[in-house]
Amino acid sequence: MSLDLILRIGTKLILPFILLFALYVQFHGDYGPGGGFQAGVITSGVVVLLTITFGLEAAQRMAPQAVVQRMIPLGVLIYAGTGVAGLLLGKNFLDYSVLGHDAVHAHELGIFLVEAGVLVTVAGTMTAIFYAFVERGR
Amino acid sequence: MLAVVTVAIVLQRHLFGVVVLTTIYSFLMASVLIVLDAVDVAMTEASVGAGISTVILLATLHLISTTEMRSFRTKVLPLVVAIGTGALLVWGTLALPPFGTADAIIHKHVGPRYLSDTIKETGVPNAVTSVLADYRGYDTLGETTVIFTAGIGVMLLLRGMRRRGRTEEGGDGQ
Amino acid sequence: MATLIDLAQHYNYIVTIFLMMAGLYIVIARGNMVKKLIGLSIFQTSVYLLYIEPGKIIGGTAPIIDPAFSVYSNPLPHVLILTAIVVGVATLALGLALVVRINEAYGTVEEEEIVEKDRDV
Repeated sequence: MSLDLILRIGTKLILPFILLFALYVQFHGDYGPGGGFQAGVITSGVVVLLTITFGLEAAQRMAPQAVVQRMIPLGVLIYAGTGVAGLLLGKNFLDYSVLGHDAVHAHELGIFLVEAGVLVTVAGTMTAIFYAFVERGR
Repeated sequence: MLAVVTVAIVLQRHLFGVVVLTTIYSFLMASVLIVLDAVDVAMTEASVGAGISTVILLATLHLISTTEMRSFRTKVLPLVVAIGTGALLVWGTLALPPFGTADAIIHKHVGPRYLSDTIKETGVPNAVTSVLADYRGYDTLGETTVIFTAGIGVMLLLRGMRRRGRTEEGGDGQ
Repeated sequence: MATLIDLAQHYNYIVTIFLMMAGLYIVIARGNMVKKLIGLSIFQTSVYLLYIEPGKIIGGTAPIIDPAFSVYSNPLPHVLILTAIVVGVATLALGLALVVRINEAYGTVEEEEIVEKDRDV
C-alpha cells in the first residue's frame, strides 16, 4: 500500500475539508443551496476517496460496515419519527407546528430533523452500495 | 450552451469512454441547471451524477468485461421509433407556453404561495428546502423510503451469496 | 413563419426531446446492458430538464428569498427533481447490481448472447 506519498498526504489533508463542506451544505441548506440529499452524497464521497487511496480495509476501519448498514434504516426512522411525534402531540402526521413553543421555530426544527434523517439515509445507502460493489470485485 | 450538451450526447455513441463521457455530460447538465435557476438541483446533479454514479459504473465495469459487442441487429427500426416519438413530442410541445414567460400556468398554482409564505410559516428563506421538507414532507418521506429499499436490494443482490460460480446444481436448469 | 417563431420559442423543449430520443435509441438499439442503463439515465436527465424548464422565468432568480429580488423561478419542480436525481442513482445502482449478477450467471451482459444461451439449455 506504499503507493504515492503525495497522493496519500494530499488525501489526508483534503478529507476533513470535504467532511466540513458536507456539514456546511447540510446546515446551511436553509439559507443557500443544499440539504440532506447533497450532504449525504458528499459524505459518502469521503468514503469513496478513502477507499481509492488507502484501500477497503482502511475505509472500513473509519466507517465500519455495521454502522453504515444501521444508518440506512436509522435515517428513515428519524424522518418517520418526526412525523409520528407530530401525530402523538395532537396534530397531523408530519405537521411540525407542535414541536416548539411557536409555530415558526417548530417548523425550522422539523425541517432540521427531517433533513438530518435524509442525510443519514442517503449517506448510509450510497456508502453501502459502494462497499457492496467493491467487495464483490475482490 | 445547450448545444454543447447535445454534442456530448452524440459523442457518447463511442464504446467505453462512455462512462467518462457520462461524467462530462453530468457536469454540463449541472451548468445548464444553474442557468435555469435550479441551484439545488444543479448541486445534486454535480455530486450525484458526476460523483457517485461514475464510481458505481466504474466499479461495475471492473466486475464485467469492458468491451461492447458489435450488434448485428438492424438499426433502422429503433431509429424510426425514436424519431417518430420525438416528432410527436415536438408537435405536442407547440401548445405549451413559450420558454421563460412569467404568466404560464405553472406560475399561477401553488408556486407563488410557497414563495410568499415560506419565511412567514417556516422561517427558512430557501424555498426549495422548505417545500422539500415541510410542505411536501410526504413526498420526501416516500423518496427516502425508495432509497432505503434500493440500498437493501443492492446489498441483498451483491453481498448475500458469495461467488460460487456454477457449482450449484439445478437452479436455472429447467 | 408563425410556426418558425413558435419553434424558436420552444427551442429548449426541442433540445430536451433530442436528448430523450438519444436515450430511447440507446435503450432500444444497444444490446449491452450497461449501455442500456446509461441510455436510461440520459432519458432521465431529459425528463429533469422537461420539469425544470417551465419553472424558469426570464429575469427571475433562484428561489431563495431575499429582499433584493422580487421575481423567482418556481421552486416546486426543483424539489421534485432534486429527489428524483437521488432516487435515480439508487435505482441505477440496483440495475447495475442485477447486471453484475447476470454476468456471473451467464458470463456475458450482451442481450443476444443471453438469449442464445437460454435457447441452448
